[in-house]
Amino acid sequence: MATRLFGKIGATLALSLSLLPGAFAAPAGGEPIKIGAIFGVTGPAAYLGAPEDKTARMLVDEMNRSGGIMGRQVQLIVKDSGASAEKAISFAKQLIDEDNVVAIIGPTTSGESMAIKDICQKAGMPLISCASAETIVNPVAKYVFKVPQKDNYIVEWLYGTMNKLGISKIGVIASNTGFGNGGKAQLEKYASKYGISIAISEVYDSGATDLSALLTKVNAAGVQAVVNWSIEPAQSIVAKNMRQLKMGQQLFQSHGFANIRYVEAAGEAAEGVIFPSGRLIVAGELPDSNPQKRLLAKYNADYRALYKEEASTFGGHAYDALTILKAAIEAAKSTEPDRIVQAIEGLKDFSGTAGIFNFSAADHNGLLMDSIDMVTVKKGRFVLYKGK
Amino acid sequence: MRGQLFLQYLFSGLIYGSIYAVVAIGFNIIYNATGIINFAQGEFVMLGSMIASALSGRMPLALAIAAAVVLTTAAGVAVERLFLRRVARGGVLKMIVTTIGLSIVIREAALMAWGEGVRTLPFFSGNEVSSLTLLGAHFSPQILWIVGITALIVAGLTLFFRLTMAGKAMRGCSANREGASLCGIDPRRMVTLAFGMSAGIGALGGCVVAPLTQTHYAIGAGLAIKGFTVAAFGGLGNSVAAVFAGLLIGMLESFSIILVPEAYKDVVTICVLLILLFAKPSGLFGSKAASSLKEY
Repeated sequence: MATRLFGKIGATLALSLSLLPGAFAAPAGGEPIKIGAIFGVTGPAAYLGAPEDKTARMLVDEMNRSGGIMGRQVQLIVKDSGASAEKAISFAKQLIDEDNVVAIIGPTTSGESMAIKDICQKAGMPLISCASAETIVNPVAKYVFKVPQKDNYIVEWLYGTMNKLGISKIGVIASNTGFGNGGKAQLEKYASKYGISIAISEVYDSGATDLSALLTKVNAAGVQAVVNWSIEPAQSIVAKNMRQLKMGQQLFQSHGFANIRYVEAAGEAAEGVIFPSGRLIVAGELPDSNPQKRLLAKYNADYRALYKEEASTFGGHAYDALTILKAAIEAAKSTEPDRIVQAIEGLKDFSGTAGIFNFSAADHNGLLMDSIDMVTVKKGRFVLYKGK
Repeated sequence: MRGQLFLQYLFSGLIYGSIYAVVAIGFNIIYNATGIINFAQGEFVMLGSMIASALSGRMPLALAIAAAVVLTTAAGVAVERLFLRRVARGGVLKMIVTTIGLSIVIREAALMAWGEGVRTLPFFSGNEVSSLTLLGAHFSPQILWIVGITALIVAGLTLFFRLTMAGKAMRGCSANREGASLCGIDPRRMVTLAFGMSAGIGALGGCVVAPLTQTHYAIGAGLAIKGFTVAAFGGLGNSVAAVFAGLLIGMLESFSIILVPEAYKDVVTICVLLILLFAKPSGLFGSKAASSLKEY
């Protein structure tokens, strides 16, 4: 409550300050480069936001030890939005108008990213989102980028796999969030292209603690497979409930499942779940020729050494956002927003955790379908899915 | 098939209902002793399941749960002795606001102690994929534990209030605080006992449902609202009514999914509660005369 109140006061203050152009322009040379970050460190998206926060802090420390960016130290200002769009809005305004950051990384969730897309665009503030909805970069806004694979790629991978498995009638369940609704819309949009019929499509509360009644309804619709689209712990509950209800259908999840802690929470019920994901979580299985392999192994090892837990693709998004920003500032030799944007659009064959980025003025995501693989769970670990 | 489906929804309703009932019982015990609504009740449930989950790797599950119940009971007693007793003179409203503040403090402390991650407890019998079948409907064996332990809690409480001296003394305090103190009962001790009991019951409930529902630092607030809804629905202060109301609301939520998306099941519950409270302000089983004697 208090933070929200302060946020509002901050936003109001910021608004009045922004009427004085140039009053807070960053002095050149020597001063640290300020980078803003908005992550849902606590709250329903904490499994994404917390690793993002940890990764960003780890990376900035590492950057500062090795000379910073262009010889200037980096100062990271992290705001915990609790995955709330309202908080993300006031934090974005605060970062832009009071903290005078050169760019913002995050927010964690699609809902928050969409909420601040216009704000950053109008303020001319480069934003590199860590959320997946395609709408963040389509239509393209000049100052807005995103690093995770687009959700329509994820959907096409899912449907492609279903075609191979001979699955044509599915049930879709999604959490009632920007991420869930975005995924559900993409699933419905691409279904006919792959000859898939969605027999039942339902939303559930993001804080749901039991979904047996909902799954009973899905089961009664006579589906061959269930797709669950959420980022919340409900992903583990769906897996458990399906087994308890003796539902034999294949369970597909979104890329939101790519955190090993969800597998731990679901225990044996997670076995055999199939989902599309970037390659970070299966880095060990990649051939040595893969250009991402070394980077993924290093990030995994650094993260594990520092935080004593497994790295997840979500932390990887923060990693990509920061390294892309660093590369762009160094290429532009400037922290001017327009120069940064131009430099990001000029990045080609840039290895990140999510894939090989090729940005352009028309593509503010820079990733292709091949940045994704299908992953499954075997003996409590993520492994590449190689078909039945 | 229709009958099977019906049963399947019924089992889901049973899980939801039992959880709500356990929280509502906690509300009622404290309401009876003090006349206040303890909004930290959901946090007791959270504490119980989180402590048990933290300990379960290091000791047998039963021992971890016992320890969690004892520690949470101690936390309940501490909440009353350290905070609520000091503001009791300020009246009922001041105490209620204090419980809201304490719930935030407990929640943030849990975030500090255990982080933001989700935790679970091992299933009491079987594991995540175990399933029993009754008349064509399938359910986790944990549901038997949930229903069984809820029933034990209700039976135990009924016996406690009817047969033991402490239970009778608590009822006496609830009926007439001054009269009870004239009979040599110390109402303050009864209030402490009430907080300890409801914390312990909440913790036990939290442990029994955690294998199914999972737990994390922030589950308390939602449970408190739902538990309060159920307690008000049944009639504040009546634990047996709370169980009926809990099951009724659980069923309502479970069966409403046939028509309404899961995301809106709370809307259904709240609408029914509003209608009921307009028609019968003292709750389904509450008595108008009794509730008019209460301050709140």
